[in-house]
Amino acid sequence: MKSAIGSAAVLLVLMLFWQGLHLAVANSSLPSPVTTLVQLVALFGDPDFWKQTSQTAQAFGAAVVLSTVGGIALGVLLGMNRTAGSVSEPILVNLYSLPKVTLYPVVLLVFGLGISARIAFGVMHGMIPLTLFTMNAILQMKPVYRRSAAVMGLSPWQTSVTVVLPAILPEVITGARLGVSLCLLGVLIGEMFAARNGLGYMVMHAMERGDMATVLAVALLLAIFALLVNSALLALDRAWRH
Amino acid sequence: MSVALAEPAVVAAVADPHVRLTGVTRVFSRRGSTESVHALGPIDLDLMRGEFFSVVGPSGCGKSTLLDVLAGLAKPTEGTAEFEGRPIDGVPAGVGVVFQEDASFPWLTVEDNVAFGLRRAGVDPAEIARRVDYAIGFVGLRGFVDAYPAQLSGGMRQRVCIARTLVTQPRLILLDEPFGALDQQTRLLMGDELLRLWRETAATVLLITHALDEAAMLSDRVGVMSARPGVFIDIVETGWDAERDSRIVSHPRFGDLTGHLWEKLRTESLKHLRDG
Repeated sequence: MKSAIGSAAVLLVLMLFWQGLHLAVANSSLPSPVTTLVQLVALFGDPDFWKQTSQTAQAFGAAVVLSTVGGIALGVLLGMNRTAGSVSEPILVNLYSLPKVTLYPVVLLVFGLGISARIAFGVMHGMIPLTLFTMNAILQMKPVYRRSAAVMGLSPWQTSVTVVLPAILPEVITGARLGVSLCLLGVLIGEMFAARNGLGYMVMHAMERGDMATVLAVALLLAIFALLVNSALLALDRAWRH
Repeated sequence: MSVALAEPAVVAAVADPHVRLTGVTRVFSRRGSTESVHALGPIDLDLMRGEFFSVVGPSGCGKSTLLDVLAGLAKPTEGTAEFEGRPIDGVPAGVGVVFQEDASFPWLTVEDNVAFGLRRAGVDPAEIARRVDYAIGFVGLRGFVDAYPAQLSGGMRQRVCIARTLVTQPRLILLDEPFGALDQQTRLLMGDELLRLWRETAATVLLITHALDEAAMLSDRVGVMSARPGVFIDIVETGWDAERDSRIVSHPRFGDLTGHLWEKLRTESLKHLRDG
């Protein structure tokens, strides 16, 4: 509830700021919030908009699933083995600090122009932070949990699934929050640069036509979506804190 | 209700020790350094079945390393450790450990915490229910089966861990300063519970502690360890009968025992203090 109020407050402040900016610039390059909302409602009646949205949703959904499952699995694997963890952490951190967009041509060459390139690009953004969060959570976990698991005769697999994962779940959810928004970023960037469909493409196409109302309407929709996902995960995070 | 939880004290030749350590030594290398640390030994020790043995010693003398060797969590560098006549390789069945830190899982209720190990081991659900109910009753947490550890005090959380060990029906119980984080009154009462647990299960108990009074009050024998590398410099028989409880702290011999232990330990503790 609190996070919902927080999200609403953020939205309201942004809207006011936006309206002020619109009045200050006073030209068509920045439509007002009302124009944007009208355009958004109009988009909801447009079958092409739904086609593009479903393209983005598919790519985003696949990227989230892959980066979440992959990030947690890799994080657990590296976190359970101290040597593997300390070797791979600097590699992951450096890899992550690369401007990934410069590698997009490579991703396109490898995956082609279809949806898989956008999914891969989303995963590239979202997976590494979640891997690092998971790995560090395991390294900082109370050692006595793993000792208890060993004394109870648990196999490494049982230890990972029934002791380590529940113990680090709050940190994993924090990492997933970050990962999910980064996945969305990756997918949209992918669509903006080399795609003939998806919301990212729609934004670029509208921009070429000078249709700023559509650009902002889609941006607004994505902002609301990202905020909702974030509050949902935040609520989950709170529910799981012990 | 008195359900015998422990295996019936198997007829073993009296001279046959339950646990036997022969020349156990443990040397490990420090992380990120080539210098190796001689932590423990050589240790020779026989524990009789059903005996309550405590280990006292200065900080860092390798007490916990000794426990790790017995629990199968660490291998001796030299020498052999045997439990019930078999060399310890990995965590032996029939050994339960209670750690110093709170090891209760905060994401599980008291009941699920206690049942955890049995469920993973695939024990029959009806049997799990019976043993869990008994263990929770034994540690006096019947009213808290659905509580989470965060809602319990430190002493109650440690009781959850004791119950979790009790349900596995251990024949050897290892305790690593289990009451170190508790206040003095709670520690005395937990000591009583530990004696009750020991009598009830007829298990062999090895207690690592830094509290001399605790060792003097609870044990049949107390082993005094030297500063690192830890070896036994003295093993003291207390001579208490099996029905003892914390009221023996007012017995004149209790003071003598504690005094004797401190006398043995004082020089070793000073060594530790000097070496840092």
